[in-house]
Amino acid sequence: MTEPLLKVKGLKKYFPIHRGMLGKVSGQVKAVDDVSFYVNKGETLGIVGESGCGKSTTGRMLMRLLEPTEGSIEFDGKLLSDLSKEEMRKARREIQMVFQDPYASLNPRHSIGKILEEPLIVHGIGDARERKKKVIEFLEIVGLSSYHAKRYPHQFSGGQRQRIGIARALMTNPKLIIADEPVSALDVSIQAQVLNLMQDLQKELKLTYIFIAHDLGVVRHISDRVGVMYLGKMVELADSESLYSNPLHPYSKALLSAVPVPDPNFTREQILIKGDIPSPSNPPTGCTFHTRCPFKMEICTKVVPVLTEVEKGHSVACHLYNEQGQQ
Amino acid sequence: MSDRKELLQVRGLQTTFFTDDGEIPAVDNVDFSVREGEILGIVGESGCGKSVSALSIMGLVPSPPGKITGGQIIFDGKDLTKLSQKEMRKVRGNDVAMIFQEPMTSLNPLFTIGNQLMEAVLIHHKDWSKKQARNRAVEMMQLVGLPRAEELIKEYPHQLSGGMRQRVMIAMALVCDPKVLIADEPTTALDVTIQAQILQLMKELNKRLNTAVIMITHDLGVVAETCERVIVMYGGQVVEEGPVQLIFNDPQHPYTKGLIQSVPDMRFKKQRLYSIPGSVPKPGSIRTGCRFAARCEFVLDQCSVTNPDLYQTSPVHNTRCFLYEEKEVSLIDRAVVES
Repeated sequence: MTEPLLKVKGLKKYFPIHRGMLGKVSGQVKAVDDVSFYVNKGETLGIVGESGCGKSTTGRMLMRLLEPTEGSIEFDGKLLSDLSKEEMRKARREIQMVFQDPYASLNPRHSIGKILEEPLIVHGIGDARERKKKVIEFLEIVGLSSYHAKRYPHQFSGGQRQRIGIARALMTNPKLIIADEPVSALDVSIQAQVLNLMQDLQKELKLTYIFIAHDLGVVRHISDRVGVMYLGKMVELADSESLYSNPLHPYSKALLSAVPVPDPNFTREQILIKGDIPSPSNPPTGCTFHTRCPFKMEICTKVVPVLTEVEKGHSVACHLYNEQGQQ
Repeated sequence: MSDRKELLQVRGLQTTFFTDDGEIPAVDNVDFSVREGEILGIVGESGCGKSVSALSIMGLVPSPPGKITGGQIIFDGKDLTKLSQKEMRKVRGNDVAMIFQEPMTSLNPLFTIGNQLMEAVLIHHKDWSKKQARNRAVEMMQLVGLPRAEELIKEYPHQLSGGMRQRVMIAMALVCDPKVLIADEPTTALDVTIQAQILQLMKELNKRLNTAVIMITHDLGVVAETCERVIVMYGGQVVEEGPVQLIFNDPQHPYTKGLIQSVPDMRFKKQRLYSIPGSVPKPGSIRTGCRFAARCEFVLDQCSVTNPDLYQTSPVHNTRCFLYEEKEVSLIDRAVVES
């Protein structure tokens, strides 16, 4: 087995809630609460979950765009969580991010050439001529043309802008790309183009992806392994095959059965879970899913279940699957 | 299914936006009908004209710059495009109602849920007392599965979650028993588990109240799950129309085929997604020939010159593509022989 490129242990992010004139801290939003996982070289780890589950916060903490409250992030043998700001800035050469909204993440006043050149300047790569050459090379790699370098973001369609966003992330030859909802703002026909591009690039440039999305079909398509998050916790983590054919956690089951399938002949028993996601500022005790879970037991309201491997490569955080719960 | 009465007929609808860049035909000669109690899906990508078609039916096209420049919308013997604002106001809510994508922007944040529901009741039942209106509001909230209706009626929109707000919108739309409910991307802003709840509710209400639903969406999964009949739109036109089974199992138009193949399926891993080349055209950017010609892999010489008609390829299936021109001819031949 290959060595993991990224190891995350006990990652937490608590946002303080300020109340009153003096801004006294009156509580905490546990956006990410004790999340651990690893990513192997060359694979794609998908992270799925509904809004507010902490998947984007996790992605941002990996790049330290948000400072983790607790936990360690080890990338390629280095402990990212210990680096100084300056060292971290240098380390970002190897970890890059692709954002959801290609409209908001490109500076409208800069030409595409300038946008793509910037990461090279920041990291001090090459001289002006080499940089220009590289810009054109990467424009072509993502399916655009050299004359596009002179144009501005508003002259491109959504799909093209996302190609530019991907090209920008690739400029510094990173090892890991964190893609946060990279296709959810795109039309279906364009979404397929961008997904195919990302897969081709992964093969060609031997990239490792963390793919954060809410669309379970898209995540299955692109991921080797998938983690399911709910209210700041990783509730299930498994090979994509095994997760989709045999989800174990009641939340994963409900989530998978809720996705509309594009086939009118397909019938299944839908597990409709009632109610809404509780507020992360006041999460339920014990297992955070117990308020909506159809298999709730007494222990669930008291003890927080731990993510445990129950089959090879398939971990779940649910009392139904540990001995204590079965007794 | 096909023997059901046609409730609403859209014929040759033309909705144009008059902008600084010239006239943009957002909806270009669109025909379809909605039958009693059915769920009709209108599916397409951004700028295909699906929402403008719906707004045209409601008489809500922002004007200026938009205007219905041709065609008819027949409901109950009346042509809705010819009605005055005042007459149209009676149709809206009573006959045809609409819900939108973002329930937060459609509710007034300054008034309670009860206040807004009662307003809808009192506008259409002027002789009702406040108490009657209130009872009706509570009844509607229970109908759409909102818990503790008596308390909720005093709360404000921001106190509700996205799913609950969409339920309030549905309650408000159904308050006067409309015959047709237009739902424009009703679940796009919602999480999957909440989306499943809302779709389930809409299907139940459709059965129970026999309200016809026009479901406008970009999500083929939602279409397959809820609709009986489907209209596929592209570039302001209807490119294919048929029962949901035929659209998914025997799609004819190259665009429909491509669209279905480009969706990742959660049930199995496709090696590589099919992708339609090129990008979604801006409304009005293609005026001659088939709107899809530039992206089509089966393109013929005539496609870029003449726009194909909507050919009837079976009694229930229509396709706007020259590849099916002969099929229509043979269908007519067969009909002649049979008679």
